[in-house]
Amino acid sequence: MREIHVEKVRDCVKEMCIDANNNLGQDVVGAFEHSLKIEESPTGRNVLELLLENAKIARQEQVPMCQDTGFAVIFAEVGQDLRVVGGDLRAAIDEGVRRGYEEGYLRKSIVSDPIERVNTKDNTPAVVHFDIVPGDKLKLTIAPKGGGSENMSALKMLKPADGRQGVIDFVVGQARLAGPNPCPPTVLGVGIGGTFEKVAFLAKKALLRPLGQPHPSPFYAEMEKEILDKVNNTGIGPQGFGGRVTSLAVHIETYPCHIASFPVALNINCHASRHSERVL
Amino acid sequence: MAVKNITTPLAEDIVMDLEAGDNVLITGVIYSARDAAHKKLVDLLEKGEELPLDLQGQIIYYVGPAPAKPGQVIGSAGPTTSGRMDPYTPALLEKGAKGLIGKGSRSQKVKDALREHKAVYFASVGGAAALTAKTIKKADLVAYEELGAEAIRRLEVEDFPATVVNDAHGNDLYVDGAEKYARD
Ligand code: SF4
Repeated sequence: MREIHVEKVRDCVKEMCIDANNNLGQDVVGAFEHSLKIEESPTGRNVLELLLENAKIARQEQVPMCQDTGFAVIFAEVGQDLRVVGGDLRAAIDEGVRRGYEEGYLRKSIVSDPIERVNTKDNTPAVVHFDIVPGDKLKLTIAPKGGGSENMSALKMLKPADGRQGVIDFVVGQARLAGPNPCPPTVLGVGIGGTFEKVAFLAKKALLRPLGQPHPSPFYAEMEKEILDKVNNTGIGPQGFGGRVTSLAVHIETYPCHIASFPVALNINCHASRHSERVL
Repeated sequence: MAVKNITTPLAEDIVMDLEAGDNVLITGVIYSARDAAHKKLVDLLEKGEELPLDLQGQIIYYVGPAPAKPGQVIGSAGPTTSGRMDPYTPALLEKGAKGLIGKGSRSQKVKDALREHKAVYFASVGGAAALTAKTIKKADLVAYEELGAEAIRRLEVEDFPATVVNDAHGNDLYVDGAEKYARD
């Protein structure tokens, strides 16, 4: 059986925290460039130019593109034929986050208790989603998540009769409500189906898909496009200053659901749509 | 696109000349403060005590920067969501603050107070934090060191980019801008 030492996981998580925060993905940079071509508002174009310049500075000087370096949200797909040795995997992931945020000069934004609110000073714990998959590899994805956009996210248990239109109305309505707060242009992760907790997970996972890649099913790809057009027609624009680009992309993820249920969740990501992925 | 260069402290005629939608470059001194610092300032005012800084004509920037790397004046320093400061803002405007910088919508109470006290709310580009940090030339602690990233700092800025969202005349770029570019 293939073995992997937890120290390797720890070091990898450390590097990924820094990488995700400093190096904006080419897909997002490409989406900014495309937006610059279609944005009609001069103020909106000015914002997009500043975002491109900001991403360049962050990469060149290896500093975080945004001061809110987020909650370290980590997806770990563990191959069932892989044996983790040398310690506790979960603890190794947290240690990687601790080192990454310290050595990378990233902001520590986590409080130990939601009501008492004392900073843990090392950005731990991470939020870790484990999954067991076939094979003998460990796939890690880290997606630091800022508070501003997370706070504008929402979940609703719709009625099955609400159908396709119900989902569209909910997502567009929520994006309109969020207005300038989640740092538009945003990326919208939409979960449909499953259960109460599953649908929120789907919405988060939808944010990981590279921008510009539509849903594989034509039905949902069409729905993504329709939602994107409607959200852009709100006129909110880059940073909410007014314009034609409010969102860069809409990604839908679905799951079968109960005959009586129709859960839908919207997880909003800001333009700082950060992730880093490695297979060990 | 016209850009207005403004310097701090903000004189009344400068404030009155600013309109929602104007892009500005700010040079001079601005003060950082987030939720925790706001709460401390307003607590002092409620007890009738002196503030650790004179707010007359000053600009407050809602920011909790990333740690500075060796050789950096300040780490990445973009704005945080302003709405969390809403409950405290009218009291600080009453003490003479003339400008606020953050991101996102303000409450009606804040908008009314901006008109009443002749002050403006600017937004800087949320997330453009590496770029914004480069316009900050000096950062000195003023108060509440124990708050870490949330302490009040005196920031010397040069050509700090921002956009007027709520001017002293009651206009709101978040409302007008969206209306202008909305389609059915
Ligand atoms: S919403 Fe995103 S871009 Fe805006 S401040 Fe938060 S992390 Fe940064």
